[in-house]
Amino acid sequence: MIEISNLVKKYGVNTAVDNISFNVEKGEIVGFLGPNGAGKTTTLNILTGYLSSSAGSAKIDGIDILDNPSEAKKRIGFLPEQPPLYLDMTVKEYLNFAYNLKRCRLNRVKHIREICEVVKITDVYNRMIKNLSKGYRQRVGIAQALVGNPQVLIFDEPTVGLDPKQIIDIRNLIKALGRDHTIILSTHILPEVQAICDRIVIINKGEIVANEKTDDIAKSLMSSRRIMARISGPSTEVLSFLRNKEGILYAEILREQKDSDSTAYLIEGQPNSDIRKMLFFAMSEQGWPIVGLESVDMSLEDIFIKLVTGKPGKTRAVRLDTTAGEDAVNEPEIEIAGGDN
Amino acid sequence: MGAIFKREFYAYFISPVGYIFITVFLLVAGGLFYLTNISSPAQADITSYFMFIIFTFIVLIPLLTMRSLSEERKTKTEQMLLTSPVSLTGIIFAKFLAAFVLFAGTLFISCLNFYVLYEFAATAGQTNTAVLIGNVISILLIGAAFISIGLFISAMTENQLTAAIISITTILFLLISGAFSGAVNNTFIRYALDFVSIFSRFQAFTYGIFDISSVVYYASIVVIFLFLTVRIYEMRRWQ
Repeated sequence: MIEISNLVKKYGVNTAVDNISFNVEKGEIVGFLGPNGAGKTTTLNILTGYLSSSAGSAKIDGIDILDNPSEAKKRIGFLPEQPPLYLDMTVKEYLNFAYNLKRCRLNRVKHIREICEVVKITDVYNRMIKNLSKGYRQRVGIAQALVGNPQVLIFDEPTVGLDPKQIIDIRNLIKALGRDHTIILSTHILPEVQAICDRIVIINKGEIVANEKTDDIAKSLMSSRRIMARISGPSTEVLSFLRNKEGILYAEILREQKDSDSTAYLIEGQPNSDIRKMLFFAMSEQGWPIVGLESVDMSLEDIFIKLVTGKPGKTRAVRLDTTAGEDAVNEPEIEIAGGDN
Repeated sequence: MGAIFKREFYAYFISPVGYIFITVFLLVAGGLFYLTNISSPAQADITSYFMFIIFTFIVLIPLLTMRSLSEERKTKTEQMLLTSPVSLTGIIFAKFLAAFVLFAGTLFISCLNFYVLYEFAATAGQTNTAVLIGNVISILLIGAAFISIGLFISAMTENQLTAAIISITTILFLLISGAFSGAVNNTFIRYALDFVSIFSRFQAFTYGIFDISSVVYYASIVVIFLFLTVRIYEMRRWQ
């Protein structure tokens, strides 16, 4: 449905997007993930025809955005980073304007009413956009993208600046829209893609560093045996013992707790092996009791940091399962700072 | 394109701008008409009335064009327009048309002033319909030229105040440049000043002569500046 091949965008001497290629199949929801300044917005702007690429091509449904812009644009609904709202219009006027602008041929009253029901803005239909809250404005922005029922929806950071309740609402909405649209959604919030996307494309410094199905990434993460063990004992000695122990690939101190006289370690064993029993006996032999043991799945954040910096990430006890995104909303958002951590 | 025209025209009447434009234009036109044609009935002087009207454009036309493109850029609503299936030329032309229709409509309303002239002065043989029509056409063309220049300037900045100030300065320069030409010795500069002077082209119309070269001159200003405005957007897209 969407084909991006060898796309390059240069701003003067800076290269914002450096030779990226990926495809999105019909009906897929693809998460376009990357730190701020990675080139996400630039790529999406090229895809929607707002910017032109320096080289390479972007095609929507086989139509090149540069060769035949108006045909390609008809197939796209776009929500930019900042929703393009005319604050001095009512929602009704604005959606009718969008309807005319896109030369929509569907039944006007019925189509606009349906959109309002889907994005839940029926109750503010006659209000001025400038009097709406951020969450409602975002919905109106999405409504605008849905006018004309385009096959492809492109959302640039759709949940930025919303409160946790609104974030969940918008995510559920996008998920629901994914049933009969092809969606690309950019974000720098990891649980978001885990929660809604079929596939993840990770971009950093203008280059694609990963392009995999969300489930595949989850599987490859599950296979790594990582545990967090809380061990009572002299931390430097324990650490060097762990690092020299056969069967342990990697160990580090996560945090020391002075009061309970124990230290938390992150320990990674050989793939497909269970090191818990071995660890128990080894520690018991040394006289360093294990006071806590927890299995840790590598979070998407770890993968992300690993991919963009080449260093293993600091692990948090975020479990990678299908509901991770929804749980994670209640935690502080995991934002990835630039490539320097 | 129709959608953008409608929205743009409508926007003049959501904000005070449209009302201010119409009110000021009609008040000034009425006042000038009284001064040039009624207070001294000996000479119904339509031409000097229109000459003064042109000077009000220095402020009134930038009022119409200053926010036209700059505001769209600032609020990022231009992203909606530029990613819609409407061509760039269509977008710019719709913007131009909205300002021009408001301007032309107001000008036609102001032509009600001439009713007085026909009612009372016609019997004295002092009205010349050809001169009147010539003046109205030239005023429309000059207005269109200024609107396209104003749009071009509005496309270059995100700040409507900056757009207004630069537009006012530019239109002022175009209007008075002819006046300087007499004081310049260098033939080339004098020729150049006369060329850009809006007034030097205005003359023929005021005699009631339909001067096709002047029509072409004004029309090409409109076309050139609308084209340059489109180019600004193209450039920004490719930069």
